[in-house]
Amino acid sequence: MNSKGKPIVIVGAGQAAASFVSRHIKLGSDTSLHLIGEEPLPPYQRPPLSKKYLMGELERERLFIRPLEWYSEQGVTTDFGTRVDKIDRDSKQIHTQSGDAIAYQKLLLCTGSSARKLPWQLGGELPGVYTLRNMADIDIMAPEFQAGRKLLIIGGGYIGLEAAAAARKLGMQVTLLEMAERILQRVAAPETSDFFRNLHSNNGVDIRESARMKQLCEVAGCVSGAEMEDGGTLQADLVLVGIGGSANSSLAEQAGLECDNGIAVNNICQTSDPEIYSAGDCTSFIRNGQRIRLESVQNATDQGDLIAQVLGGEDLQYDALPWFWSDQFDCKLQIAGLNSGYTKTVIRPGASDTSQSVWYYTDDQLIAVDAMNDPKAYAFGRKIISAGLNPSAEVISNPETDLKALTK
Amino acid sequence: MANITWKMEDGSEINADVNDGLNLMEGATSNNVPHIEGECGGCLSCATCHVFVDESWLAKTGEIDDIEDTMLEMTDVERENNSRLSCQIIASPELDGLVLFVPEP
Repeated sequence: MNSKGKPIVIVGAGQAAASFVSRHIKLGSDTSLHLIGEEPLPPYQRPPLSKKYLMGELERERLFIRPLEWYSEQGVTTDFGTRVDKIDRDSKQIHTQSGDAIAYQKLLLCTGSSARKLPWQLGGELPGVYTLRNMADIDIMAPEFQAGRKLLIIGGGYIGLEAAAAARKLGMQVTLLEMAERILQRVAAPETSDFFRNLHSNNGVDIRESARMKQLCEVAGCVSGAEMEDGGTLQADLVLVGIGGSANSSLAEQAGLECDNGIAVNNICQTSDPEIYSAGDCTSFIRNGQRIRLESVQNATDQGDLIAQVLGGEDLQYDALPWFWSDQFDCKLQIAGLNSGYTKTVIRPGASDTSQSVWYYTDDQLIAVDAMNDPKAYAFGRKIISAGLNPSAEVISNPETDLKALTK
Repeated sequence: MANITWKMEDGSEINADVNDGLNLMEGATSNNVPHIEGECGGCLSCATCHVFVDESWLAKTGEIDDIEDTMLEMTDVERENNSRLSCQIIASPELDGLVLFVPEP
């Protein structure tokens, strides 16, 4: 078989893979696709896992990005529930756990990221201790989310906060521990942390910042709470650990691909092997001169989409503006841009008490906005930043300023 | 159940039944309607499920709330009076026969 007859093989079947497949099919390419995923499911949306899916408000099929049968209808070969163990770059083949070798013309690695666990020495492996990343994680923990039970959340990032909101709505008692001085410290300005601390406190979440946990404790082989460094103890029926994620890059590393906080790709999402591309949570790429890794739907979708177009012969580079969202209680948070390296922030009051936006500047350059219950700040902020416009902090913070006019 | 027709700019059509309770972004992506992405899953953050509603159906497809109204400012193809984000239109028997036009950026 000549190289042209071989499929494009996609390892990892998440949002990046789904986006690639959709675009590839839309472009009408005659190169066949072979999609291999370790989870026994077609690509699905992850964001609702820590929200509506955890609360039992969405059935599983509604999370599927395309119905299961769509792939075969489109002529895509799929292996869901199959782990890939090895990439043989010399012979351009991948090897699955069952020993099958599949030849590729081009290879796409969309292997995603994994939730960090607490070390077992601290109780991270005890029954009743969960992490949240895959649908299966929720399927296992959801039956434990019952009214009146005590949930202890380790980590005050978005996953932890979203799960806290879901658990409170289900009537659980929720305590959230953040080791740093404030929740969201790594990802947001103090003003945004303050907003979410208030939101959660007002909704009955016991948020404890600068909280130094010593270890989880057990009773009869199950987690029973946490022992704190100050000598205090906390009781819990179950524990959710939300302390970040790491790139699933071991397959790429074993194959000798360059990795640096994820699978290193260039501005067309190509790895150090020109026949191999990578998209989504597992990649690190250069943005504004810095190598970064993002865990987001936007990044996964846009990178997957870009690779399909590049393989289709388009001359493009990856420079999409990052955006994110989170839903907690009645607050919709929408973020445009990346705030890393910001040197000042300015607050713009929203239309109501529960809405405001935080705008980030590096020196005098606008780089990002966190919009809480303020879709106008998000929508117009995203347009303003995408267009490279740079309204001053004074203009932005003035509630009389018409944001829409700034986009023109 | 509602039978929905999506009309493309080239005159082609996709016609499908969408179960009650599903939104029409989901109806579109599961029936392979091009240009309807639904990147944010229907939580009003991406504006990639933009459609034009056939004028005769506007009353039945309901009101646009403030968030949708704002997000319609972000569509790739400029909004019109009959623009909607299809994730905000929920299939029901009243929408049986609905015709949507799909903007192509």
